[in-house]
Amino acid sequence: MPAPLVEFHEVTKRFGAGPVVLDRVSFRAEAGDFVSLIGPSGCGKSTALRLLAGLSPVTEGRLLVEGRAPADAAAEIAFVFQEPTLLPWLNVAQNVEVPQRLRGVDAAVRTATRTRVLELVRLSEKAAAYPRQLSGGQKMRVSLARALALAPKLLLLDEPFGALDEMTREHLNEELLAIRQQAAWTAFFVTHSVAEAVFLSNRILVLAANPGRIHTEIPVPLPYPRTEDTRLSRAYHDLVADVSRILRSVEKAADPAARP
Amino acid sequence: MNRPWLRILLPAAAGALLVAVWYGVHFWLDEELRFLLPTPGAVLDAFSTHGPSLARAAWNTTQGALLGFGLAIVVSFTLAIILSLSALVRQSLYPFLMALQMTPLPVLAPICVIWFGAGLPSVSLLTFVIAFFPLVVNTTQGLISTDRHLVELFGLYRASRFQQLFLLRVPAALPYFFTGLRIAATLAPIGAVVADMNAGTSAGDGGGLGFQAVIYSSQAKYPALFATAATTCVLGFVLNAIVLTIAWLALRHWHDSYERSDR
Ligand SMILES: Nc1ncnc2c1ncn2[C@@H]1O[C@H](COP(=O)(O)OP(=O)(O)O)[C@@H](O)[C@H]1O
Ligand SMILES: [Mg+2]
Repeated sequence: MPAPLVEFHEVTKRFGAGPVVLDRVSFRAEAGDFVSLIGPSGCGKSTALRLLAGLSPVTEGRLLVEGRAPADAAAEIAFVFQEPTLLPWLNVAQNVEVPQRLRGVDAAVRTATRTRVLELVRLSEKAAAYPRQLSGGQKMRVSLARALALAPKLLLLDEPFGALDEMTREHLNEELLAIRQQAAWTAFFVTHSVAEAVFLSNRILVLAANPGRIHTEIPVPLPYPRTEDTRLSRAYHDLVADVSRILRSVEKAADPAARP
Repeated sequence: MNRPWLRILLPAAAGALLVAVWYGVHFWLDEELRFLLPTPGAVLDAFSTHGPSLARAAWNTTQGALLGFGLAIVVSFTLAIILSLSALVRQSLYPFLMALQMTPLPVLAPICVIWFGAGLPSVSLLTFVIAFFPLVVNTTQGLISTDRHLVELFGLYRASRFQQLFLLRVPAALPYFFTGLRIAATLAPIGAVVADMNAGTSAGDGGGLGFQAVIYSSQAKYPALFATAATTCVLGFVLNAIVLTIAWLALRHWHDSYERSDR
């Protein structure tokens, strides 16, 4: 059996002397998985991604990416934040080149990469535009293109489309899957939207809060490629209903005030 | 505004009105008091009578202003980077910077003169002291106000401290730097003129506009005094226009306050 791409083994996280944020989380993701994390606010979803990115150390337990500590696997990991986090003084092309520039990749290679990833997100004609001239959805696509510039094996997305309107979000969901067909990265995707989680992932992790832990894992057996039609299917609707019900029960448990 | 001719006509009208009022006040004054407010015509005459001395003085002051201004930019930028390193560094150094800023120029001037000699060295150094403070305060503020998310992004890509400083913190601080620069550009010519009054020298034609103003006033050459004032104004305007243009060129693409607009 091949080693999993990501392995959480009894991972516990605490900030300083604070309360336990993640409590003995165990989980394995294989290469090619699209894992969505969903759960009440404050249950540790962002923290889990930050551990995976090596931005913060694990307190107890073991977390491996490709068999290595996340910090050692940095070259294989890219992050997309909720905000586009573009450098406003650089145009779209220059923004996309930032990761490679920081790694000292030479200009010819950078140009080739930039052309490729901007095509992927269908923003080639905006290469010379500055972030302030773009819409929210376009900025997010630039942010995604930048993350893809280093050809990551593992892509971490923390509510990347949370600030966008529903139409834009659905479009970007379809685009994200289309892009993934061409470069099969593994994804960890944090979202508040059950519909989004079902549409994108093959596995959904529902987290519970206080302390943060995996409540349920739900497989999503809908076939890829998924399209607009997927959203009309019976199986999709049933899954959205199931996941919503589980999420509601978890949220009630997390918030005593919501109990009847 | 969709009537561009108004933008030329209105300032021109305001200027004409000002000149008219100016003449009005001149002739309204008793004849023996009219010397207090020379007419615009008399001031223009003074420009041609005293042209060579005014031009020489203006050139000397320009040198002092630019040297001091340039020195202020270089030193404040370096110091701002040091100050941005930690709050402890800032707490340790700010009191001394404040002390320098709090000492009035006429008090600093004689100290400067006994150390560096009168004339250009002292004038540019005193201009530096005046222009330096807003630059260092603003630039430091800019360097420590970088968007937290962008800092995190650079951390994620394992950027070196050097890359983080020059590819992220410095460009992000540019709007603050230019705010400081615009204040400094207003202060520098004034500083150079006041410094010249207190630390200037006439030796070797070294006097600037401040020196010239003292001479004209002691000789009761009032139209020439007004012409000196006008020259100072022009100097300040030119320096400000240059700085505004550079700021606009640097920030127009990305900063809302420099947005191209038809307002
Ligand atoms: N850097 C930090 N220092 C201390 N506590 C933190 C830090 N980051 C997150 N937390 C705490 O960890 C918990 C989980 O946060 P987070 O992972 O952001 O939740 P989520 O993304 O699921 O909403 C919260 O209680 C939050 O206050
Ligand atoms: Mg979060």
